[in-house]
Amino acid sequence: MAGDTLGTTPSQTVGPFFALSGGILWEDGPEVVGADEPGAIVVHGRVLDGNGDPVPDAVVETWQADSQGRFDHFDDSRGESTSFRGFGRCGTDPEGRYWIRTVKPGTLPTPDGATEAPHIDVTVLARGLLNRVVTRIYFPEEQEANAADPVLSTVDAGRRGTLIAAADSGGYQFDIRLQGDDETLFFAV
Amino acid sequence: MYPKDTAYDVAATTPAPSGLVLPSYKRDESSHPALDTEEYNSTHLRAPQQPLQVLPHYLTEVTGPLLGHDRVGETDHDLTAQHAGEPLGERIIVSGRVLDSDGKPVPNTLVEIWQANSAGRYEHSGDRHPAPLDPNFSGTGRCLTDSDGFYKFITIKPGAYPWRNHDNAWRPAHIHLSLFGQAFTQRLITQMYFPGDPLFYQDPIFNSVRDPKARERMISRFDLDTTVPEWALSYKFDIVLRGREATPFEDDEEDDD
Repeated sequence: MAGDTLGTTPSQTVGPFFALSGGILWEDGPEVVGADEPGAIVVHGRVLDGNGDPVPDAVVETWQADSQGRFDHFDDSRGESTSFRGFGRCGTDPEGRYWIRTVKPGTLPTPDGATEAPHIDVTVLARGLLNRVVTRIYFPEEQEANAADPVLSTVDAGRRGTLIAAADSGGYQFDIRLQGDDETLFFAV
Repeated sequence: MYPKDTAYDVAATTPAPSGLVLPSYKRDESSHPALDTEEYNSTHLRAPQQPLQVLPHYLTEVTGPLLGHDRVGETDHDLTAQHAGEPLGERIIVSGRVLDSDGKPVPNTLVEIWQANSAGRYEHSGDRHPAPLDPNFSGTGRCLTDSDGFYKFITIKPGAYPWRNHDNAWRPAHIHLSLFGQAFTQRLITQMYFPGDPLFYQDPIFNSVRDPKARERMISRFDLDTTVPEWALSYKFDIVLRGREATPFEDDEEDDD
């Protein structure tokens, strides 16, 4: 039925008090994979406000394909299901730091025949954010794939770098700047 | 009809060179608050200032975490049964359905809630409101919707509490909700309010939703029919997540009717 559509429920801020015991910050939240998973990487960084100060009460959530570019989801019509959790969630600490242990995702096909470079979708929630903000993490060693990525290639060249993590020992650093000269590029999803 | 041998025809009738067909979710920006809502002070240094770039709905966006029963314990939906004694306050039932904007139920999806106690105090080290904590109330719950999208919590009515956004600022009583839906596009964090709250008019978070009809969608409805006599008042609250754009296939089906 294409008839009447219902209005969606509005978003509201996550507020400052989500970090309650038994609440949305699960003990295993940052562990998309266990430490012994082959190819495990840690993606970490800081969430910073318009003064460059840490945001100590943010939640960073990640969603991604597995290393083969597969999702455990009924709308991934390619079959060959995987049991990969794909979802990570981490509250920031007093210095605004978060971390996620995961694997680097594979490339993904698009319906129009393009190939998306490996990427992780990110949601940031915090007091002062009335709606979630969404960004993507790309990988610095994937220069060719990044150049052909149908999303990244449409981002203003001057801001593309805000979506590319920096490699470091054991993984990648990806800082999220909510405001300022080097504001992270955020998407309307 | 276009001639079979044109490129246009191939594009219009063949799903994709990759054979991949993906749903797309309706955009619903008009329901939501603007990130830069001046009256809410915490937005000033945190709300992004650059325009958002529209993200197409590819595989990562149309999939999402399908978190199952292993995330939900037996008493997680009953915030009055998580401690040795019962919490103080007005016992209430909060229930409803999770739907998409086409009215389709969203089954088996995780709903997480958190809230202040009946005195308006969160069990959180950052909450300085000089109101008592309740040793029998943690204020967190979770459940999965059933196969028809229904969910149900038992809790106590949260109290209003002061904050420092403006002179004599008080938050209306509310319960925070977190929903995943079935796709990354459907993720929603919201707050459920109670009907007739006298604090609505001065609350910049509630009023950050500019459309009065959209604001109404955050207010639960008192329901005598599901109120349990001599035990608990009942509030109904349906949550509507984004629905899918009609696909050409679905359009064809309707044409056949």
